[in-house]
Amino acid sequence: MKTSLRRKFFGNPFVLTIIAIVLGFAVASLILLLAGFPPKESIRTLIQSMIGRPKDIASVIIRSTPIIFTGLGVAFAIKTGLFNIGAEGQYVMGCVVATMVGSMLDFPKPVAVLMVVISAMLVSALYAGFVGLLKARLGIHEVITSIMLNWIALYFSNWICGLNFFHKPGTIGMYPVNDCTYTMILPMWKKTEEGQAFLASHPLLQETLGRTDLNIGFIVAVIAALVINYLLNSTRKGFELRAVGQNIHAARFAGINVNRSIVHAMMISGALCGLGAAFYVTGQSPHTVSTLSAFENVGFNGLSVAFIAFSSPIGCIFAGLLFGGLLYGGAGLQSKVGAPTEIINIVIGVIVFFCALSYLIPRFVDRLDAARENRRKLKRDAKAAAKAAKEAAKAAKKGGN
Amino acid sequence: MSISSDTLLLLLGITLMYSTPMVFAAQGSVISEVSGVVNIGIEGMMTIGAFTGAAVGYFSGNPWLGFICAGLAGAVFGLAHAFASVTCKADQTVCGIAMNLIGPGLALFLSRVFFDGATQTLPVVNKIPKLFGSRGLPGTLNNLNVDVTTVLALLVSIVMWYIFYRTTWGLHIRAVGEHPAAADTLGINVYKVRYVCVIISGMLAGLGGAAMTLAIVPQFMPTAISGQGFIAIAAVIFGKWTPHGGYLACLLFGFAQALTVVLGGGRFAVPSEILAMLPYILTVLILILFVGRASAPKANGVPYNKGSRV
Repeated sequence: MKTSLRRKFFGNPFVLTIIAIVLGFAVASLILLLAGFPPKESIRTLIQSMIGRPKDIASVIIRSTPIIFTGLGVAFAIKTGLFNIGAEGQYVMGCVVATMVGSMLDFPKPVAVLMVVISAMLVSALYAGFVGLLKARLGIHEVITSIMLNWIALYFSNWICGLNFFHKPGTIGMYPVNDCTYTMILPMWKKTEEGQAFLASHPLLQETLGRTDLNIGFIVAVIAALVINYLLNSTRKGFELRAVGQNIHAARFAGINVNRSIVHAMMISGALCGLGAAFYVTGQSPHTVSTLSAFENVGFNGLSVAFIAFSSPIGCIFAGLLFGGLLYGGAGLQSKVGAPTEIINIVIGVIVFFCALSYLIPRFVDRLDAARENRRKLKRDAKAAAKAAKEAAKAAKKGGN
Repeated sequence: MSISSDTLLLLLGITLMYSTPMVFAAQGSVISEVSGVVNIGIEGMMTIGAFTGAAVGYFSGNPWLGFICAGLAGAVFGLAHAFASVTCKADQTVCGIAMNLIGPGLALFLSRVFFDGATQTLPVVNKIPKLFGSRGLPGTLNNLNVDVTTVLALLVSIVMWYIFYRTTWGLHIRAVGEHPAAADTLGINVYKVRYVCVIISGMLAGLGGAAMTLAIVPQFMPTAISGQGFIAIAAVIFGKWTPHGGYLACLLFGFAQALTVVLGGGRFAVPSEILAMLPYILTVLILILFVGRASAPKANGVPYNKGSRV
């Protein structure tokens, strides 16, 4: 049976994600309605506060950047058969290390940025690699160690925050990173008289570049997604990692060093989280880490991003933008309509839920197509039978004569 | 510090207190996972239970009504998870993560709706009673005057053990988690068993949440459930997917937390943040030293298609 056009349409993950998103908003509207908020106006306000002004779009990009990185890390791990729920801890470690290093450095910009990025990536990669090592060597489930390491990272970060050497008096955080590590676009020039004057005469730039922390993190995230996509799908290493994820026994039988693959996969996943952390600290105010009473969920949100993107590295960019946009727009929703921002978590949760169910749609379409094919066949058969009967009757008549 | 009997009693009391919500959640996790459905949404189900318990307890003035409603709220989430993972054969991890987003989201949303925009409920008038009443026991023995929920948690664990290893139902549950196709050929309704188990899983998680907000603290707040659900899942893996193993793992974890409370009395030069890491470091260490290779139920996380041969 050839694939019908609608089967091709509904088999596309992108279409399925869109359906899940629509359903997510539908459920959220229902909840808003039940709680006594006008759903239509709420959704309109939400979308308006996401993309209403150029400044909002810039802010959404900024807000999304760290989530794209953690989403990418989680998606990569899923492709290699690992569930990296430790992205949160790896991100926290990356943040604290980036801040430590960044607040001590005084080098020319490219060197300073590179040092911050490398140290954050390295520490996060090692932190994740430890989980991989325990899984590979001792068979300890990565989920359980990751959960423990998340908490250890949280308290480690708080401990560093409180140390005299790093603690900035009068705040609950550390000394922010030095100017030389900033990754915003033209951070110094923006403050000069010349820059101010230039921005004042270009309203669009004034609103985006002048009023926000627009930074190069997003560009790096896109490049990282492309690199990970290439690594997974077009290199020998990527093939090995995916093979271990698909069928560990077959991979071992094929001569792949499974243990090493697990450790490497975790390290790459962790490094991506660390990369996100480095660009968060260097690219966005307040450029520091504060004492945390609970997780900030950047890593956990990465899980949702990866799921919404069906673990596609390129998809993570869009899923991250959607997620970041909803988080940013949610604040506007509360101030303008009065609906609690937590509706955003419900929207995202429902989207993830329907993403999990979405594979049912192509199956359902398959069934419809099969039924249609069946009906056609019956019709054809009936026609053929009628024709045969007619001919038989004719023949009988002829014979009778 | 000399270890006196007072300190030991204090340790024991705090251990039992901290472990109670986790024990409920861990038993919920055990029953779901043994039947072959991964339930990583325990945390979200606990949170919705914690809110429902505190809210119903506040408005009705009856903590037990709140406790029961918390179980029901968790069960509704369990039903959603069962529908997705059993009937629709969806990816159970993704679905569980969705529960973890929807649970706290809905809890905070409802809290803002019912409590004038606040993310925490008002304190309940009547908490769940203590085992020996409000007068308690004489002297330091009063550390053992635990919440009634602590005893309930132990009872639930015992009942769970009994069901698993001494009843036909338990055999069915384990069979369905190990080899659903074989169970199916013996006339066991795989879907029904999994549905029941996942709904009970949600219910127990909800009760665990309420054990936090009706007994330990008197109200729901955003940080009321912060990681207990995940720790419970870890405890189950730690306890090798058995009710008794899960119970003991929760106790161990509660003990490590109690240790940080008792040691944190200022007599040591250890920073509080380092002490707070202790339970988690201890768990990792014990995993490395003693536990070794995990042995999950064979069909854990694999949706069952009727008629499939594996």
